[in-house]
Amino acid sequence: MQDAVTTIEVAGAPQRPASVGRERWRGIARNAFPFAVVGTLWEIVAWAGVFPHRLFPTLEEVALSFYQLTVSGILPHHAIETVIRLLSGFTLAAVFGVTIGVLMGRSRRAEDIFLPLVSICAPIPGLAYAPLFLLWFGLGNFSAVLLVGFVAAFPIIFNSWTGVKAVKEIWVRSAQSMGADDRRLFSHVILPGALPYILTGLRLGLAQAWRILVAVEMLAAVPWGLGWLIFGAREFLNTDVMMAGIAMIGIIGLTLEKFVFEKIEHYTVVRWGMITS
Amino acid sequence: MLPIEIRDVTLTYDTPGGKVPGVKDVSFNIDASEFLCIVGPSGCGKSTLLNMIAGFLAPASGEIRIGGKAVTGHGMDRGVVFQDFAQLFPWRTALGNVSFGLEMKGVPKQERETIAREQLRLVKLEKFTGSFPHHLSGGMQQRVAIARALAYNPAVLLMDEPFAALDALTRDEMQRLLAEVWRETRKTVIYVTHNVAEAVYLADRVVVMTPHPGTVKAVIKIPLPRPRDPLSVEFVECQKELLRYLGHDANPSETEKSAVNGKLKSGA
Repeated sequence: MQDAVTTIEVAGAPQRPASVGRERWRGIARNAFPFAVVGTLWEIVAWAGVFPHRLFPTLEEVALSFYQLTVSGILPHHAIETVIRLLSGFTLAAVFGVTIGVLMGRSRRAEDIFLPLVSICAPIPGLAYAPLFLLWFGLGNFSAVLLVGFVAAFPIIFNSWTGVKAVKEIWVRSAQSMGADDRRLFSHVILPGALPYILTGLRLGLAQAWRILVAVEMLAAVPWGLGWLIFGAREFLNTDVMMAGIAMIGIIGLTLEKFVFEKIEHYTVVRWGMITS
Repeated sequence: MLPIEIRDVTLTYDTPGGKVPGVKDVSFNIDASEFLCIVGPSGCGKSTLLNMIAGFLAPASGEIRIGGKAVTGHGMDRGVVFQDFAQLFPWRTALGNVSFGLEMKGVPKQERETIAREQLRLVKLEKFTGSFPHHLSGGMQQRVAIARALAYNPAVLLMDEPFAALDALTRDEMQRLLAEVWRETRKTVIYVTHNVAEAVYLADRVVVMTPHPGTVKAVIKIPLPRPRDPLSVEFVECQKELLRYLGHDANPSETEKSAVNGKLKSGA
């Protein structure tokens, strides 16, 4: 091993073989391929005039309006309002969801109280609660954030609960034999032990939050927001604006997934070998 | 390095089918710094007994005393090593795992790292302090587990078939290492195993248990000098004696014959 390394240095061979770069390009191409196919089909349909042109714009027009809306600051403004609502609701869901789920996993009584409630409320589509929330808390931000928090909490509760139950008994025993009291057993063993599940729950919760938020923005009469943008554009048949809004949702979702969740996962449960990436 | 007394310990398991006896009227003593092995077939209650000494289970009747003090639950006078590799915390490095007990004890960070490093050196893992358990082999993980159980300096080390899931070569190596660690630390060790050769290699005395219900059949002294040679005649004699107590008293001449046959086969 040592010899091989020295030899390379002496010979001054290229440090980065060309195949690494080629491999990366191949990966990008592989990911881009399905988009290219769908994009091509889209263009064909748009140019063939299957739908009226106003209802089915070409990709160039969508891109142009995306660009114009971004430069004018309208799209970023909508996006920021939505993201703030999303993160507020999601934070609520995360705090309450993890707390309730962990409690359920740790205490029999909490499980008896919460499990029936959660089991009944969770399968109901989030949007079904929307009119109720709007009546109780009025139109606007407060209702929207509350509803997002409420609906996104369910997958977080379920997964935290399962995660705590799945903590290996042998970890608990080891920790106890090494003198861990209940409090530190919880913080040093139960929480990290349940983390793979909790992260999965948070991820599902965020997806849930997106779904309900975009829908509720269409109903809650908020002045800004991507859901509102899309819904409002319908009135004027601005399909390109709708498409731009949808694209923005995709971009934000992908960013959160790639740059927040994947990073957290790689730093924790993947590094610890608790899940494979 | 405390002596242990086990007096008339009985435990029954409540199962849906009724009460199942786990161990019945078990009594024996362990001297301070003694290496004691408990040997027996599955279901003889050897792990149950160890779990009671560890304080994870409470006996229905009888008493266990460590250094004169009755066991009422788990405590830091005992370190436990299990068979399962998964006993290590995957979210902590080898060093973090070994430091755990010291952290619980409130030892300052600098000091506990020094001690943990020293313990890892004892099990010859000083190069792997920063590795997470899933990057270590089974044998290495068990060595971390031993270092972890020793790090907070308990008087007693309880081991529940720690090498049973390892391959034969690694197991031999681990037994040598454990004998060495014991010689250096002089802990009182209770080691549960179903491997007779392992018991003869490691133990000062061997407790033989039989199942249904779990009772002590015999306590046998292993008089061999250390380090022990598993291929010596005396070693094999001890193994045969243990096997006799375990009810595997195969006709000695037959055993010899099969050994000869084996040799012939391998020679052919």
